[in-house]
Amino acid sequence: MSQEDILAGLAAIVNEVAGIPAENVQMDKSFVDDLDVDSLSMVEVVMACEDKFGVTIPDTEVKNLNTVADAVNFIAANK
Amino acid sequence: MSRTVVVTGLGATTPLGGDVASTWESLLAGRSGITILDDPRFAELPVRIAAPVKVDPSEILEPHEIRRMDRSQQLALIAAREAWADAGVDSVDPTRLGVAVATGVGGAISLMEQYDILKERGASRVSPMTVPMLMPNGPAAVVGLELGAQAGVHTPVSACASGAEAIGYGAEMIRTGRADVVVCGGTEGCIHPLTIAAFAAMRALSTRHDNAAGASRPFDKDRDGFVMAEGAAIVVLESEEFAKARGAKIYATYGGQGLAADAHHIAQPEPEGRGVILAMNRALADADLSTKDIFHINAHATSTPAGDVAESKAIRKVLGADADHAPVTAVKGAAGHLLGGAGSLAAIASILALRDRQVPPVANTVNLDEGVEVDVVLGSPRALPSGDAAALSNSFGFGGHDVVLAFRSN
Repeated sequence: MSQEDILAGLAAIVNEVAGIPAENVQMDKSFVDDLDVDSLSMVEVVMACEDKFGVTIPDTEVKNLNTVADAVNFIAANK
Repeated sequence: MSRTVVVTGLGATTPLGGDVASTWESLLAGRSGITILDDPRFAELPVRIAAPVKVDPSEILEPHEIRRMDRSQQLALIAAREAWADAGVDSVDPTRLGVAVATGVGGAISLMEQYDILKERGASRVSPMTVPMLMPNGPAAVVGLELGAQAGVHTPVSACASGAEAIGYGAEMIRTGRADVVVCGGTEGCIHPLTIAAFAAMRALSTRHDNAAGASRPFDKDRDGFVMAEGAAIVVLESEEFAKARGAKIYATYGGQGLAADAHHIAQPEPEGRGVILAMNRALADADLSTKDIFHINAHATSTPAGDVAESKAIRKVLGADADHAPVTAVKGAAGHLLGGAGSLAAIASILALRDRQVPPVANTVNLDEGVEVDVVLGSPRALPSGDAAALSNSFGFGGHDVVLAFRSN
């Protein structure tokens, strides 16, 4: 799965969970500061990513996922 | 400090319509919103009759709003948005804006859905929104967040009287000077096999499966139980001073409330109407009204064998001969029983009856029970006389809660 595919999948999840337009979910965006994804929504995003991409994202890792790129790279490296 | 409170905005989403106008039109027409539940989940239940909202929240709200809110919260938000837009408050100090939105059951559906997920997929898949969705103050919180209300966000819970109690609570916030504007009312969204089975186990529900639309018939001699409904009804209350200063349209004046408790049984009404009479008399006193001022009563009357006649007798005891000029209706014939939303829907109907000088008929009721001691409106709407008039809106709940609201015409 390419980085583009992961980004597109993640963007769809963020849209579904938080209502953010998928096109706004870009690699350099911060979940909290740019996309207004709060901590509860982030839990939902993580759960949906685990289901969609078949990865496990431990709580200890979630706090390191500040930007969309952090999440895409983590998924690419661990799936 | 006691300030006059006025009604400036109305909002509703009910089995009769997705807004106040369509709901009111259906009430006046005596059109029923009750239907057979044909979803297979209900197939094995002893009762398969209910009144779902006419416009599903998924047609109004965004998908991410739907997934973050319990159904009771979705319905409350839709009704609150309509009421807020209707009131047209363009500027209010957020610390003077309050919310009081109640529910009878709360987020039961969300709780059960998440329990299913826990059993089937484990704790790691339980939604982080579970607690906000199941907590009974959730609908009030959702409305408060939407409006940025800081004067206080409250949830009085008294089963099927909750929606009325919330309006009374909101009015007190204004009367006592805590707020200038309060968005208040009730909501319910818990039509589910378990809740139906649970009310059916109490033998509280109508089983008229051969005529579901006509299943709810308050005061009829053949009534056989209530019909579970869902929906929300929300009003905007303001201090008269605040409303007039901004040139708001005013539907009616909030008169006052009467609160009491039956102290009799967890679910059965007290047969002599002790609590009902006390609450009605207290509402009259709180509103500084006499029985001769009352020209309409919106009864709680749910279509159960025990409650309706007892309520009519209580009304007669309180009003005496003045009950002859107070035609009585009950919205549950058409709308079913909105539980936590019932009291505020009845309040909206009372307010609109005063404004339009029309009392809607009790839908479906044909043959009045011989024990009924009041003038029940049947068949077509009844005109009210012009001039100053007041109405009482009765709401009672399991637990023995009695809540009566009084409104005056403007």
